[in-house]
Amino acid sequence: MTAIATPRTASAAGRPTGFRRRPNLIPTIILLVGAVYCQVPVLWILIASTKSNGELFSTPPLVPSFDGSFWSNMTGILSYNHGIWLRWALNTVLYAGGGGALSTLIAASAGYALGKYTFRGSRFVFRTIVAAVLLPRSCGRRTQYLLLAPIGLTNTYWSVLLPQLVSPFAIYLCKIYAEASVPDELMEAARIDGATEWRIFHSIGLRLMGPALITVFLIQFIAVWNNFLLPFVMLTDNDLYPLTLGMYGMIMPTGGQPNQFSLVIAGVFLSIIPLAAIFLSLQRFWKIDLISGGVKL
Amino acid sequence: MAIALTAEGSPPASRRSRRRRPALPVLLVAPAVILLLLFTFAPAVYAFVLSLLKNHVSGGLLGTSNEQVFAGIENYIATLTDSEFWGSLGRMLLVAAVGVPTVLILATVFALCLDANRARLTGFSRLAIFLPYAVPGVIASLLWGFLYLPATSPIGGQFVDYFGNTTIFFAVANVAVWGVLGFNMVVLYTALKSIPRELFDAAQIDGASELQLALRIKLPMIAPAMTMVALFSVIGALQLFNEPTTLKPLTNAISSTWVPLMRVYTDSFVNNDIYGGAASAFTLLVMTVGVTVLVNVVGTRLSNRSSR
Repeated sequence: MTAIATPRTASAAGRPTGFRRRPNLIPTIILLVGAVYCQVPVLWILIASTKSNGELFSTPPLVPSFDGSFWSNMTGILSYNHGIWLRWALNTVLYAGGGGALSTLIAASAGYALGKYTFRGSRFVFRTIVAAVLLPRSCGRRTQYLLLAPIGLTNTYWSVLLPQLVSPFAIYLCKIYAEASVPDELMEAARIDGATEWRIFHSIGLRLMGPALITVFLIQFIAVWNNFLLPFVMLTDNDLYPLTLGMYGMIMPTGGQPNQFSLVIAGVFLSIIPLAAIFLSLQRFWKIDLISGGVKL
Repeated sequence: MAIALTAEGSPPASRRSRRRRPALPVLLVAPAVILLLLFTFAPAVYAFVLSLLKNHVSGGLLGTSNEQVFAGIENYIATLTDSEFWGSLGRMLLVAAVGVPTVLILATVFALCLDANRARLTGFSRLAIFLPYAVPGVIASLLWGFLYLPATSPIGGQFVDYFGNTTIFFAVANVAVWGVLGFNMVVLYTALKSIPRELFDAAQIDGASELQLALRIKLPMIAPAMTMVALFSVIGALQLFNEPTTLKPLTNAISSTWVPLMRVYTDSFVNNDIYGGAASAFTLLVMTVGVTVLVNVVGTRLSNRSSR
């Protein structure tokens, strides 16, 4: 985006007609201030990750250090407690990536069924789902724990995965999008050609809903990755922790003497980088109009 | 619906054979419905049942025994008369009072700036503001926590006490605002993009300035989207937990019952009072649903009035 915008500004300034294309300064400056506000913490973590624990407290906060502490911090966090950070990272991929993909699939099929078919109880199901969108889910976490305890599900991967597999909001988005993007005529034509309903679903429905499903997946990914309370309540075994819970544990007063700060900073740094990369590369697939379009209904 | 109605009575045989109702949609909805029942509705019902019970300890010479007995609204009375419950609610409302308007105003201003004519570097700014959305609340709180700590602060933590009696509310709200600002900005920006451009041309021919265009035309047109942003922010504030919990190890200013959800957690897990915890959780749930309905009604009123 920037690469395209910059040369155009330069050439516009050089032309006599440049007056009309003069940049509008006030919004540009307001946006840049916002960008700085949002990036300062990230910049700081970048700088802090180059410092050893001692330097963290003794050198000016915004001046990086070049004495090789960066690498010792990185190897420090990766080898911390026999490499448990990598284990947490893999768990996070499983919870957020696996859980996000499964919940997108569940939402896509439910949304497609509710959007493209009328069957007994379909309106009731949809209304219930709209109600559930507004029901704050965190309030039920403790009781979810209690329900899972008797069947031995707490402190397992399932205890974090299962409760997050269904998202009323994702189903709602998929229903809206299925209605808008899968034409009845196409489904009817496929039926006349002898396609089964299942075939229509996976080779027409899912394919046409594809772009929206990427957005739903990203929203679900973030939701699971961001959910701290559920693993906090469910898990006691260090080996099952996601990154968020693991690093929270590292700053706790019991084990979190200041000497761990540089390790936590390295961990935060390492967890932000791949995430930013994923987001930048998937940027063009984001379809937020899906969400703001939902307002009209 | 018409199909469903005929199915309930006895439909004419000819009609049934002409259009066989496929089983697939029911199968497709089933996993979602089952999971929703198991993990959202059942826990809510269970929480309600628990909130009406209490532990009855009967002591005897041979030791004590515990049994669950019906408590009626005892737990609710205990919750509602507990000053710490109202204290935690008050602190949450203070954070919300700082955070929600800030998110709404900043997201709207940034969205309008992105949409303004001849604004530059919008691709860069949009991305830079959006990126924190991908950073989970716990990591964001760690980040900001280090920025607040006097020992490591690059933003003047040595001179300003970010964990002071008043500043703490701003400090917590700031972490939350930082995380959700970009997402809401993009939602509002997308709403702006869907306004027909001819409307702007007409206004500009009539001599409207860029600012007038933004305030008089764009703002009323995105009022419904702003209502949604406000609603999501309020719901988010009611569920405030990640940020204060993660900042807690760094400061004494945050107690273990600082916001309602932390109090529910402490009751249930630290004090092992599941019945009291369930009652607080359910009280909170009812309040949240109430606020949600209220914001919806007020928002619809406001956007109806402004579009008139």
